[in-house]
Amino acid sequence: MNLDAKIPSGPLEKKWDRYRLEMKLVNPANKRKFDVIVVGSGLAGASAAASLAELGYNVQCFCFQDSPRRAHSIAAQGGINAAKNYTNDGDSIFRLFYDTIKGGDFRAREANVYRLAQVSVNIIDQCVAQGVPFAREYGGLLANRSFGGAQVSRTFYARGQTGQQLLLGAYQALSRQIGLGAVKMYPRTEMLDVVLIDGHAKGVVARNLVTGEISSHAADAVVLATGGYGNVFYLSTNARGCNVTAIYRAFKKGAAFANPCYTQIHPTCIPVSGDHQSKLTLMSESLRNDGRVWVPKSTGDKRPPRQIPESERDYYLERKYPSYGNLAPRDISSRAAKEVCDEGRGVGSGGLGVYLDFADAINRLGQRTIAERYGNLFSMYETITGENAYEVPMRIFPAVHYTMGGLWVDYHLMSTIPGLFVLGEANFSDHGANRLGASALMQGLADGYFVIPYTIGHYFVSAKQAKASTSHPEFKKAEEEVKVRTEKLLSIRGRRTVTSLHRELGKLLWDKCGMARHEAGLKEALRKIPELREEFWRNANVPGENQDFNQALEQAGRVADYMEFAELLCLDALNRRESCGGHFRTEFQTEDGEALRDDQNFAFVSAWEYQGPAKPPALHKEPLVYEEVKMTQRSYK
Amino acid sequence: MNLTLKVWRQKSPNAPGRFITFQADGVIPDMSFLEMLDVVNEGLIEKGEDPIAFDSDCREGICGMCSLVINGVPHGGHKGTATCQLHMRHFKDGDTITIEPWRARAFPIIKDLVVNRWAFDRIIQAGGFISVSTGGAPDANAIPIPKADQDQSMDAAACIGCGACVAACKNASAMLFVAAKVSHLSLLPQGKVERHRRVTNMVKAMDAEGFGACTVTGSCEAVCPKEINLTFIARMNREYLAAWFKGK
Ligand SMILES: Cc1cc2nc3c(=O)[nH]c(=O)nc-3n(C[C@H](O)[C@H](O)[C@H](O)COP(=O)(O)OP(=O)(O)OC[C@H]3O[C@@H](n4cnc5c(N)ncnc54)[C@H](O)[C@@H]3O)c2cc1C
Ligand code: SF4
Ligand code: FES
Repeated sequence: MNLDAKIPSGPLEKKWDRYRLEMKLVNPANKRKFDVIVVGSGLAGASAAASLAELGYNVQCFCFQDSPRRAHSIAAQGGINAAKNYTNDGDSIFRLFYDTIKGGDFRAREANVYRLAQVSVNIIDQCVAQGVPFAREYGGLLANRSFGGAQVSRTFYARGQTGQQLLLGAYQALSRQIGLGAVKMYPRTEMLDVVLIDGHAKGVVARNLVTGEISSHAADAVVLATGGYGNVFYLSTNARGCNVTAIYRAFKKGAAFANPCYTQIHPTCIPVSGDHQSKLTLMSESLRNDGRVWVPKSTGDKRPPRQIPESERDYYLERKYPSYGNLAPRDISSRAAKEVCDEGRGVGSGGLGVYLDFADAINRLGQRTIAERYGNLFSMYETITGENAYEVPMRIFPAVHYTMGGLWVDYHLMSTIPGLFVLGEANFSDHGANRLGASALMQGLADGYFVIPYTIGHYFVSAKQAKASTSHPEFKKAEEEVKVRTEKLLSIRGRRTVTSLHRELGKLLWDKCGMARHEAGLKEALRKIPELREEFWRNANVPGENQDFNQALEQAGRVADYMEFAELLCLDALNRRESCGGHFRTEFQTEDGEALRDDQNFAFVSAWEYQGPAKPPALHKEPLVYEEVKMTQRSYK
Repeated sequence: MNLTLKVWRQKSPNAPGRFITFQADGVIPDMSFLEMLDVVNEGLIEKGEDPIAFDSDCREGICGMCSLVINGVPHGGHKGTATCQLHMRHFKDGDTITIEPWRARAFPIIKDLVVNRWAFDRIIQAGGFISVSTGGAPDANAIPIPKADQDQSMDAAACIGCGACVAACKNASAMLFVAAKVSHLSLLPQGKVERHRRVTNMVKAMDAEGFGACTVTGSCEAVCPKEINLTFIARMNREYLAAWFKGK
C-alpha cells in the first residue's frame, strides 16, 4: 500500500499557496460535466456540498437524519478557533499551528495542520458573511474567549450554540444550492457501501430509511464526511445516530484506516446516572474559563460541597498544572479526574465525579455575567440533574467525545482509494493523538469550504477517468451484498436486543480501551470482542422487515459494524506501545504519571489495511517528519 | 414509578392509526422521556413485537429531531424544553400519558410518531439564506454590528426547526419558524441586502406547502423549546409589507 501524503515541497508556510498555483484546474464550463457524491451534511459535508455546487459541479448529498440541518455538528457548544489575533494577545497562524501540533502530542501531519491554521481566518470571514451571529463586544466587533490548551483568546462563539450557528450557515448555503437544483439532497438515506470501478471510487449504494429501497448512485468522485465513531463505546456525547458504518465499509473496500485508537475522552460531562442511560451530555469546556475543578482532600468525605472548607479542598488541576490550571488540555484533565476518583476522592453517588465550581467567578463577576456567558449550559445542567449550578457546584466526569482516528488521507484529503475523499471528523489528519477544543469545527469547515473545492478538481483533471454508470456489474454486486446482509440481520431472530449487545461492547471498550489501557486488558478485549460478535450474529433480535421504516434494523447494521471495528481499535491500541495524547498506556508513563511518548519507535501514523474477513489487517506506517517544529515532551505545568 | 402510556400507532402514511395502551413499569425519575420509551421498546423487541417508531438524534435539545405531542402538548409543556430533555421526574406514579405525533397537513406521518418535515427545508431553500458563495468574503470585523442587534438576531437564530410551533397551532401555521429565520437574517447588515426578496419568497413557499394562516394566538410561542418570541412574527409582517410596497 502506498502511503504517499503528496505534501508539496518548499517551506511550510508556502506549501498551500504553491499547491494552489501548481494544481490542475477544471475549466468553468466543464465543471458541470462532473458528478460528486457527498455523504454527510455536517459542517464538513454541508460546506463541501455547497461550495462544490457553487463552483458548478453536480452534487448529490446524503444524510440519515430527516434534514441536513440536524447533523451532529449542530450540537457543538463552545466555539471555533481562528488565528485572527483580534485580541492582540500574540496569536498568529504559526501559534495556532504549533498549539494544535503540540496539543496533538506530535502525532499529526505538519503540512496539513499548517494549512488548517492558515485557512482558519477565512472561515470566520465566510461565516460572518453568511449571517452567523457570533458574539460581539459593545463596540460591534467580534468577541473571543479562551479554550483548553491555548494561552491566547482565539475562540469565536455564538452563545453556547456555536456548532448550531455554523451548521445553519452551511445548511443555508447548501439549501440555496438545493433550491437552485445544483444539489440533489437525499435525507433519511444511509450509505451502506462505496463502489469501486477499476480501483477508483465511482459511487455508493444506499438504503432509503423510509421505504427500505436499496439504490445505486454513480459519480466521478465520492466525498465521505460522515463524522466520528465515538458511539462504538455505546455511551458518548455523540448523537445517537453517529456511526462508523460509512468509513468502515470504505475500509473494507480498501481505504486505509489511520490511528483508530486515538479517541478523546472529554473531561467535562454530566456523570452517568443509571443503566437506562442512552447518551452522555457534554458541558462545554468553555466552562473551565470560569469554573474551578476540585475534589475533597480526604477520601470518603461525604459532606455537601459548600460545607467543605477551602483548606480541605484539592484544586488538583491548579495544583498540578499551575500555568494552564483549569485550562489544561482534555486528555490531561480527564486523566487527572480519573486519578482522583480512583483514589476514592470522587464525588456524587458512585464516586465517579468531580466538582466544577463557579462560586468564585460569581463572586467576582456577578451571577448576571456568568448567566450571560453560560446560561444555556446551566439550564441544561438543571434539566438533566435537577440541580442549580449557581448554588451548588456542577458534578462532572469524563466521557467519550471525539475520535481523532479515521480514514487515512493525503494532503489532498484523498484516501488510499483514488477518487474517495474524506473530510471532517471522519478523516485522521489534523489532530494527532488529542484534539484541542474548538478545533473540530475549524477543521470541518476548512476541509469543506477551502480544501476540497481545490483538490477535487485536480483529481478530475489528472485521473482522467471514464464516466461510470449504475448499470455496471460492480453496482449490482454491491447492491446484492447489501441486500444479503440486511436479510441476514433480519433472519437471526435471537433473544438479545441489539442495544444490550451494544451496551456490553461499549462497557468492554470503556474498561479495557478507555482512559487508561494496558497490554493484558487489551488482549482480553481482543479475545472477548469476537465472542460478542459471534453472539450478535447468532442471538441478536432484529424485529420487523426491510421494506419498511425500521429503526431497529438501522441500529443493528451500525452495531454490526462496531462489533468488527472495535477489534481494529483495540489492535491499534495494543500495537502502539507508548502513551501519547488520548492514548494512555499505563506501562508507559513518566514518574509523575504523564504520558510517555516514544518518538524513536512510534513517530508514525498507523494505517491499517483490510485483508479479508479471516485475516488480521495489515499495518502500514507513515513516518511523521517535522521540518518546522521540534518534538518535545508536552508540558502544561 | 409505574405509568400507563397511550401511544399513537400507525403502520404507514396512509394506513389508519389508533391509540394502543402500554404499561411502563419501574420508570426512574432520572430517565429522560425518550429513555423511558427506549426501555418500553426493549421490552417490545424482547416479546417479538414492533417497537414504537419515534425520531431523535442529539438528545440534548439542539438538533430538532425529536417531536412528540405529550398529553396534548408538543414537547410536553415544560418551558424551553424539547421532548428529549424532558425528564421523568416531572411525572408521578400511576400517571396515564398520551403520546401522539405532530399533526399538520404539511407534516405527513411516516410511521407511528415519526413525521415528514421536509416542507420546512423547502421554505429555507426558497430564500432562508444570504446569497454569498464560498470565498471572497470581507474581513469578519469589516462591518461592526451593534451588540443588541447581534443578540436579537441570535435569539431568532436559536430556532431548531422542530415544528412544535406548527403542531401547537390550531391552523397549523408555520409563522413562528419562518419569522425566526427572516428575523435572524434581516437583523444583520449582511442579511439586509436581499431582505425583501427573502421574505417574499419564503412566505410564498410557506403558503404553497399548505401551512395555515396565523391568527396570533400565541400557542406556538408557548411550546417553542427555544422560546422564540412572538414579536418576531410582527417583525416579519412589517418586512413583508415593506417588500410588498416596494414590489408595487
Ligand atoms: C456535544 C459536542 C460538542 C462539541 N463541541 C465542539 C466545539 O465546541 N468546538 C469544536 O470545534 N468541536 C466540537 N465538537 C466536535 C465537533 O462538533 C464534531 O467533530 C464535528 O461537528 C464533526 O463534523 P462532521 O461534519 O465531520 O460530522 P457530523 O456533523 O457528525 O456529520 C456527519 C454527517 O454524516 C451523515 N452520515 C453519517 N453516516 C452516514 C451514512 N452511513 N450514510 C449517510 N449519511 C451518513 C450524517 O447524517 C451527518 O449529516 C463537539 C462534539 C460534541 C459531541
Ligand atoms: S420556532 Fe420554536 S417551535 Fe418552531 S420550529 Fe423553531 S424551535 Fe421549533
Ligand atoms: S433529539 Fe435533538 S432536539 Fe431532541
